[in-house]
Amino acid sequence: MAAKKDYEIPEDCRYTQSDEWVRIDNDGARIGLTDYAQSELSDVVFVELPEVGSQIEAGEPFGVVESVKAVSDLIAPISGEVIAVHQALDEHPEWVNEDPYGRGWIVCIEPEDAEALDSLMSTEAYRKHVEERAAS
Amino acid sequence: MVPFAGFEMPLVYSSILEEHRHVRARVGLFDVSHMGELRLSGPDAARLAQRVFSNRVDTLKPGGVRYGVFCTPEGGVIDDATLYCIGPEEYLFCVNAATAADDFAWFTKVHGELAASCALRDETARTALIAIQGPEACEIAHRVLGAKGPRPRRWRFAETSFQGAPLLLSRTGYTGEDGYEIYLPAEQALSLWSALIDASRGAAHPIGLAARDTLRTEMAYSLYGHELDRSIDPLKADLARFVSFGTGFIGEEALMRVRDSGPEQRRVGLILAGRQVARPGTAILAEQIIGQVTSGTFGPSIERSIAIGYVPAQYAAPGTQLGVEIRGRRIPCEVTETPFYSRKT
Repeated sequence: MAAKKDYEIPEDCRYTQSDEWVRIDNDGARIGLTDYAQSELSDVVFVELPEVGSQIEAGEPFGVVESVKAVSDLIAPISGEVIAVHQALDEHPEWVNEDPYGRGWIVCIEPEDAEALDSLMSTEAYRKHVEERAAS
Repeated sequence: MVPFAGFEMPLVYSSILEEHRHVRARVGLFDVSHMGELRLSGPDAARLAQRVFSNRVDTLKPGGVRYGVFCTPEGGVIDDATLYCIGPEEYLFCVNAATAADDFAWFTKVHGELAASCALRDETARTALIAIQGPEACEIAHRVLGAKGPRPRRWRFAETSFQGAPLLLSRTGYTGEDGYEIYLPAEQALSLWSALIDASRGAAHPIGLAARDTLRTEMAYSLYGHELDRSIDPLKADLARFVSFGTGFIGEEALMRVRDSGPEQRRVGLILAGRQVARPGTAILAEQIIGQVTSGTFGPSIERSIAIGYVPAQYAAPGTQLGVEIRGRRIPCEVTETPFYSRKT
């Protein structure tokens, strides 16, 4: 796509190379797909969620997002135990497109190591990562 | 934009789901100028057309359109096509972009074998094709082509003109909706496109290849390279109604043998229990792997995950419970009647 889009990249999240976001809130570390990722996938129709209580490992796939166009692994930004999954996405997978940082959240985990977030990208670094790919 | 058979093609304009639903609810415009056009003209045009085409040619009158396939002597499908009878000595085939060159070579070979007296022309490069499809499509086309313009019925076409250029208005489509496919010289394509958009007063949205594919998959229309290729015969592909025995087309004898013994495999429609998408190549399971998915998508209008594939004939009855293997897991699915979608009119 030639047109440059202005992707939303909130300051209160950290980001991965594979386009997941993590945000620490009262429940734990919430994880979802970025605005850029949802826009690239477009038309999400199915989200395969892990089980509550399972362990996810940084850098390893923990679920799958399917759009009409493509299928994409969800890669864990950090390691930890899954304490909640967003079951409503079964009925409303389109929330991943409509509100990627809000209603489109995917899982919430109890981080193994709270400092692991420091190894992830800031808003600024992630913006560069998005722009590099959008330019190519 | 994506490259496809030498053309730069629009895959998605806005969102596949939005585009798809807009065609079903209102109207969409498709630039499908990549499709090939092969013209046969001369005293033997009908004879050559019948030799290569599985459907019956002699009962097709000027102004009529018919769907069929080209077969190898073994009965495999070289391409699928629509045939337009322009006049007693003039026929036009609309063929797939990726196979147009193969088709032309095949026609040339058969032309030689028949010593046919007719000219063969590949008009792909100079012909544009715009499809307008959806409940509002015909009305918008009529606005552009004038109140006194032609209004062909389903599977009929009419020749008229637009800005002085010849135009072929065909009441056909690949979406399951009413509408036209409009052939015209490439130079006039942009003007017609703009005129249709303007006349629709915002109702007509451009639709990309991706939604074209979900629309045709909901109708279970075959796509060459997926449901059809040289290893697949039209009877197995559920196209028996487009095969006319006794007409002498190439492949007829091989297909008679298939007809008499019954195809060993059949094309089926599947509805999945989950919303996972069974992409092409996905294994279809009974007790073990029995076949493969050729097309699969989430059906935006029926809101179910659907697939088309081939299975042994004993598993092809609607209602048969099967599975598809997606990421190592068996997802239940059921063989269903096709089309998956039917228009509410």
